[in-house]
Amino acid sequence: MAINWFKYAAPTTFYGLAGKMIPFFAWPAAILFVIGLYIGFFVAPTDAVQSEAYRIIFLHVPASILSMFVYLIMAGYAALGLIFNTRLSSMMAQALAPTGALFAFISLWSGALWGKPMWGAWWVWDARLTSELILLFLYLGYIALHASIEDPRRADRASALLAIVGSVNVPIIYFSVKWWNTLHQGATIKMSGTSMQIAMQQAMFAVLAACWLYVIAITLARVRSIILEREANTQWVNDLPEVKQTNGRLS
Amino acid sequence: MNKLSLMGLFGLVVRRDLLLAMRRRADVLTTLIFFVMVVSLFPLGVGPEIDMLRKMASGVVWVAALLASMLSLPRMFSADYADGTLEQMMLAPQSLSVLVLGKIVAHWMLSGLPLALIAPVLGLQFDMSAPALWTLVLTLLLGTPVLSMIGAIGAALTLGLRGGGVLVSLLVLPLCIPVLIFGAGAVDAVTSGMSVASNMSLLGAFMLFALVFTPFVAAQALRISME
Repeated sequence: MAINWFKYAAPTTFYGLAGKMIPFFAWPAAILFVIGLYIGFFVAPTDAVQSEAYRIIFLHVPASILSMFVYLIMAGYAALGLIFNTRLSSMMAQALAPTGALFAFISLWSGALWGKPMWGAWWVWDARLTSELILLFLYLGYIALHASIEDPRRADRASALLAIVGSVNVPIIYFSVKWWNTLHQGATIKMSGTSMQIAMQQAMFAVLAACWLYVIAITLARVRSIILEREANTQWVNDLPEVKQTNGRLS
Repeated sequence: MNKLSLMGLFGLVVRRDLLLAMRRRADVLTTLIFFVMVVSLFPLGVGPEIDMLRKMASGVVWVAALLASMLSLPRMFSADYADGTLEQMMLAPQSLSVLVLGKIVAHWMLSGLPLALIAPVLGLQFDMSAPALWTLVLTLLLGTPVLSMIGAIGAALTLGLRGGGVLVSLLVLPLCIPVLIFGAGAVDAVTSGMSVASNMSLLGAFMLFALVFTPFVAAQALRISME
């Protein structure tokens, strides 16, 4: 039996598939969020050094991990779109960017809220904080470039090139900032190297998995919108039951 | 008709761009004056205490150089794009990467090089020591080509877009941060009596790395923008 491996690489078929897949990611995400945050806030013990304020890491760490990971996935999709000229890959890259920027922002915001009671300052020019901020700038540059080019094909290709250049530059930026920081010797406080308590680990992993599933669900939802927007003039979009319904209501 | 060699093409593009710039000298001078003005604004903003100024001199000069080079970036391809020359250049049988490299070098000679040469005068305003001044010039000579090279990618990607000037800064500035860190860091190292070797080596490494990859990437960006 011949399998058409590329069947779902076409926006036409992927639109339906994505719609069916969203609940499978969205519901587990919601459930794991509740479980993870419940363990994090009510079950996990109070930290000996940082008291209650440490609990923000249950959101902060997953957000930071995903903000970096999403950039790599985005650049990967962008590269696929640029090399093989597949429309869906470019759409996926475009759909991932706002979520990545959101996580970078949450990571910075929650980090500032944690830093105030711990370090006594909202912002410290620590290597990680600085590189996270630059990562947010890279996301914003990507989104701005994509938004300012009218022709979607050119926008895809131009922003793909930017994402690839950015991903080559990310490690360079990270190490520059790290060395810059050690040269200046800022007032960084390192977290004590003790192993984490079991309940804390469970909470952290539950929220991480929840964020992960959320990223997948929201990206699929967004890519569906992008497909509809770009293919608005095609017959198959006009034949969709939800589109027909809306059109019928409008006319 | 004999085919142009790569070196011939490179020289031709550089000479042409320099000649065009010499016909419109105001553009080059604007960047330079902008640089001088931004650097001179800092003491007015933060106060005239000479100790503090001496400490922040390298950073101020480097940030101003970064901003000044952003200012001239949109001009790298826009005139050729507007009158159709760029399209003809891309149809040429020679390598587009070499042609782009020629344009980058010409751009650097018109924007980066003058900044590096005038920087010592500005450094004197901040009471920098002689070794620090020399290091500043050297880091600018090593670092500003990288700014032009990374900037070329941004300029090529934003070719013909409305609001391209602001957009190009938004895209390019985050990518230029390593150059800023080590450029200003080298001068700080001199003033605090440390060796500048590591900073200089890294700047040199950035330049070589950029030299190898950016002309090709900028050429690809031009192809995307022109299709």
